[in-house]
Amino acid sequence: MSSTHRTRRSPRLRNLVSGLLFGIGLAGFVDEVVFHQLLQWHHFYDRSTTSVGLFSDGLFHAFGWFAVVAGLFLFADLRRWHETLLQRWIGGVLLGAGVFQLYDGTVQHKLMGLHQIRYEVDLLVYDTVWNVIAVLLILAGAWLTYRTRAAVPREPTASPNA
Amino acid sequence: MHSHGGGGAESLFFIPAVTALVAYWAGALSPRSGRWPWYRTAFFTMGVAAVLVTVLNPLADLAHEDFAVLSLSHLLAGMLSPLLLVLSRPFTLALRTLDVFPARRLSRLLRSRFARFLSFPVTAAVLNTGGMILMFRTGLLQAMRESMPVHWLVTFHLLAAGYLFTAAMIGRDPSPHRAGYRLRAIVLVLSIAAHNVLAKSIYADPPPGISAAAAEQGALVMYYGGGILELVLIVLLCRQWYASARPRGRVVPATHPRRNQ
Repeated sequence: MSSTHRTRRSPRLRNLVSGLLFGIGLAGFVDEVVFHQLLQWHHFYDRSTTSVGLFSDGLFHAFGWFAVVAGLFLFADLRRWHETLLQRWIGGVLLGAGVFQLYDGTVQHKLMGLHQIRYEVDLLVYDTVWNVIAVLLILAGAWLTYRTRAAVPREPTASPNA
Repeated sequence: MHSHGGGGAESLFFIPAVTALVAYWAGALSPRSGRWPWYRTAFFTMGVAAVLVTVLNPLADLAHEDFAVLSLSHLLAGMLSPLLLVLSRPFTLALRTLDVFPARRLSRLLRSRFARFLSFPVTAAVLNTGGMILMFRTGLLQAMRESMPVHWLVTFHLLAAGYLFTAAMIGRDPSPHRAGYRLRAIVLVLSIAAHNVLAKSIYADPPPGISAAAAEQGALVMYYGGGILELVLIVLLCRQWYASARPRGRVVPATHPRRNQ
């Protein structure tokens, strides 16, 4: 029987990676759909953008789309192998979304001069709320990830000596 | 505006288009194709149509006047048409339906060093993205707008490079040297990033001879229109991985741990 089971990385790592990817992608998706399209606070392009900022933005949007799709396919894969660790997966989502949000709110908006959160308003309030939310997401994600550091899937997978 | 080629020359493009369609349909309808799925024939037909409309009027003339229409016709010729053609699996069909000797020749060609080089994801991506950068950042765009033959050549390059790239990413035609998922995913993300960066740089810094307003519209078409087709590529690539990583054999139900097998 062993020949039918290839070696798979631990479910804990797979749940974390799937969650992280989905979280990064989700934050990118919310950025595009809510802030660019629905609210139209973010601008497509801002004259103050550095060329590094242009590359960073292009790469992160590209990776974001990939991450959200790949994260979901990895999650579907965990489901069919009965390896889901939902708390750990959610921890990964929060961690990924928080890290993307913090990078976007500090490095991209501030350092690289990519568009601001909103125009013709007191930016300090917006920047503070944005980055505080990012830090809270990271803290919650880190806590869940730590809590589930020894978690095992409830349904048994194929036994190792099968 | 000036009409290029007097409206006669473009109709010559019907010859290769109709030839390709007849060849594909004949293959699909032949008994050797083994109940070739109808949707692949539909993909092929739509793929040929998508590139054909970009060299015919009214789109060809409009593209010379309006940069946003030019962007749209590049999406059709360089992204949508290649995607549809790759999904129609023309080489699988040819290998199934050709006579033994031409089929062997084709199969040898597909296995050749040159084919391997061209279909390597990095090469295909460089041809695809490099052509795009040349078009917008050199005098090529100006030349395209002034001369129809240059426009045709560029369209052909867009189609060929777009096909190579799409096939290297998500192709299911026989390819003995298909790259692994990791490399394909990295190349795909970097290519999409390059597309994003180029679109925003066109928005910020219009190519020579293009007004700021026209460049902004064209860049938005490129960014968001391209984004939709890139998302399709991502989903198809991930779906292929998902199918390939499925559990072989029986998935063990929760109530029956296979302890003593």
